[in-house]
Amino acid sequence: MADMHAHSVRFVRETMLPQAEPPTTERGIVKWMRENLFSTIPNGILTLAALWCIWWLISSVLPWFANGIWDAPSIRACREILEGQVGGCFAVLTERWNQLLFGFQYPSELYWRPSLAFLLLFIAIAPVLFRKRFPAQMLVFTAIYPFLAYWLTWGGSILVPVFAALGFVAGYMVYSRLVAQSFAMGFFGGILAALVFWWVIGIVPTEGIIALEPVASRNLGGFMLNLILGTVCVSLSIPFGIALALGRQSDMPAIKWICIIFIEFVRGVPLITLLFVANVVLAYFLPPGTNFDLILRVIIMITMFASAYIAEVIRGGLAALPKGQYEAGDSLGLDYAQSMRLIILPQALKISIPGIVNVAVGLFKDTTLVSIISMFDLVGMIRGPILASTEWNGVYWELLGFAALLFFVVCFGISKYSQWLEQELSTDRR
Amino acid sequence: MSTLSDPPRESFKPSMLLNDTRYRGYTFQFIAIVLVAALFAYLGLNLQRNLAAAGLTISFDFLGEPANYDINQTLIEYNNQMDHWRASLVGVLNTLLVSFLACITATIIGVVAGVLRLSNNWLVRKLMSAYVEAFRNVPVLIWIIIIFTIMTAVLPAPRAFRGEDATASMIFGSVAFTNRGVYIPKPIFGPGGWTVMLVFLAGVIGAFAYRRYATKLLYATGKLLPMGWPALLIAFVPAILAYYLLGQPISLEYPELGGFNFTGGINILGSLIALWFALAIYTGAFIAENVRAGILSVSKGQTEAAASLGLRPRRIMNLVVLPQALRVIVPPLISHYLNITKNSSLAIAVGYMDLTGTLGGITLNQTGRAIECILLLMAFYLAISLSISAIMNVYNNAVSLKER
Repeated sequence: MADMHAHSVRFVRETMLPQAEPPTTERGIVKWMRENLFSTIPNGILTLAALWCIWWLISSVLPWFANGIWDAPSIRACREILEGQVGGCFAVLTERWNQLLFGFQYPSELYWRPSLAFLLLFIAIAPVLFRKRFPAQMLVFTAIYPFLAYWLTWGGSILVPVFAALGFVAGYMVYSRLVAQSFAMGFFGGILAALVFWWVIGIVPTEGIIALEPVASRNLGGFMLNLILGTVCVSLSIPFGIALALGRQSDMPAIKWICIIFIEFVRGVPLITLLFVANVVLAYFLPPGTNFDLILRVIIMITMFASAYIAEVIRGGLAALPKGQYEAGDSLGLDYAQSMRLIILPQALKISIPGIVNVAVGLFKDTTLVSIISMFDLVGMIRGPILASTEWNGVYWELLGFAALLFFVVCFGISKYSQWLEQELSTDRR
Repeated sequence: MSTLSDPPRESFKPSMLLNDTRYRGYTFQFIAIVLVAALFAYLGLNLQRNLAAAGLTISFDFLGEPANYDINQTLIEYNNQMDHWRASLVGVLNTLLVSFLACITATIIGVVAGVLRLSNNWLVRKLMSAYVEAFRNVPVLIWIIIIFTIMTAVLPAPRAFRGEDATASMIFGSVAFTNRGVYIPKPIFGPGGWTVMLVFLAGVIGAFAYRRYATKLLYATGKLLPMGWPALLIAFVPAILAYYLLGQPISLEYPELGGFNFTGGINILGSLIALWFALAIYTGAFIAENVRAGILSVSKGQTEAAASLGLRPRRIMNLVVLPQALRVIVPPLISHYLNITKNSSLAIAVGYMDLTGTLGGITLNQTGRAIECILLLMAFYLAISLSISAIMNVYNNAVSLKER
């Protein structure tokens, strides 16, 4: 009986079964690969092609890197050590790192000075870049930094940068006295005061007072030159760019057209022609007998170039603001300078940050162009003194790779920073 | 009822020039013009004094003097007895050639990389962003030098192609990569060769006309003619027929190893290739970002709307997404073309004789006419830039959203 009933009672499960694992093709790495790498046949082919590319790159670079020689006096010694194997001759970097970084004429016992200036740069720009993380008092050091860096890099009496700084202080004092009357009065009065101050103080002899050993501009070189040109020109071109952008938006036709012609002219010609101007033509336009530093001429030209591009970026930011913002400024009774300073520019500059950073990165890369007018920046050093020397003639990849790496690190860092800043500054509530 | 009356008219006082908004604009403009004029007068005066001291005058007569230098790549007839003007013209054509080639290649690379960056293939996506980041963040000058080094220091010398145990060989027996440039076959036009080319050109025009007709028919009647293969047929079949009917008038001249070098065929200089590819892959990385941004800018709702109307994916891409994406892509694309043209002046770093190499390089150094040469150089680049931006403005006005 019991047997019979056992058959007739239906089976009822009282507990849930544990969830079964998905089939192996639908789980873990296999699923991920099926979805991301081999979802369709063309996709699979693409994946294989990409894998082949990566393998080819690694298989050609890795042995070259792994067998690299880091200690040898010349390329011939490298080849002897390698005995026909594939391998890089990185000895050129350990041997000539100082020339690559500082140029071949900068006195080697003074390397600490530009290095110190470079390290201080981080302290100086930290409060500008990360406004919320650092106390505002550090901005004082930022204001001092340009003069300090000049003194460290070029040497000479400390009075020169101090007087230059005092000129700015004098200008600022006159500005703050007059700005209550009107912004224009304060602005022009400030400039005038600074000029007068420099003109008067120029009489004071500065030689030998708390002096560092002076280094001539033509002795600067290597990556240091790229960094100097990049930072100086970018920081100078931002105020000029703002002025040009505002000028281009202005209601006053004369100022507007001056700005338009300047911007379009500079944007229309390659930087290299402007550098030619700095190199060979500019001397014709200066009073006879003036001996203008080549580096200064180049800085002027690159700043002109960059400010035209930055002006266009900022103009985009100004145009992107809704008209209501301008009208709001007017209806609050602010005058032009106040509404620009307090309402328009903070917003417009915020919108323009990615563009400005793009220009800055592009400009920093373009500083390599000075090698064409025979200045010995990083590329100029590689192409000139190092590749032309008998010891290292033919060490292309190590040197060019090193240069590419240095630029990559700096430019990639800047663009990552700009992405971070965009998020930090975005005020849209989501 | 009170009436509004004008404020009492003050009599004009000099201080109003700075403080009254009605007059202040004029003051500032006057100051600006005076300053600019003074600057130019100062520069001009210095120029005059410097030129007088050096015993020079500004004149463009030197353009008529014999150039006395050779140019390694000439698209038009040139020899070193011709004048500087002709040499500059050769340079202009070389600039335009390398810019044109680089623009096309950069567009292809950029579009492919930009689309692949949006691919759902993880590996390809990562590889493409590595490409974009690597090339955007390294100066183009370094890329030009790297590729030039490949062309001159890595590729085999012509003598490597010689003998039984040659270490290098020509690709398909017709293309030779040597450190003196790349040798490719050269088409030789026999009698009737140009007729074939004309027939081909007519075929291409015919293909476009057919596509236009098909589109018109589609919009007018809803009848959909096949667009792809008939257009290809119209473009190629008549040309191929003409080619065989006329007795194969176009033949290829293959490069051959003779003496110390290859003879015959077309020699593409290593410097041209270095400049071309460096500009193309460098700018391609920027274009890739534009293309990606353009495609992403078309909101997903557009694709879904088109799909719900029953369009197929291909048509969605062609009719809905691309026209809207192009509005975002094209303006920066044009400005990248401008950048290519301007960056092609880096030719001077690898010895490619573009305008900067001829007029701004050898002519300048030979004649010492720095001001005139650089003035002409700038005028040329400025003319190109301004004309391209004029075209771009026309395009922008044509495609911009017409609102209200």
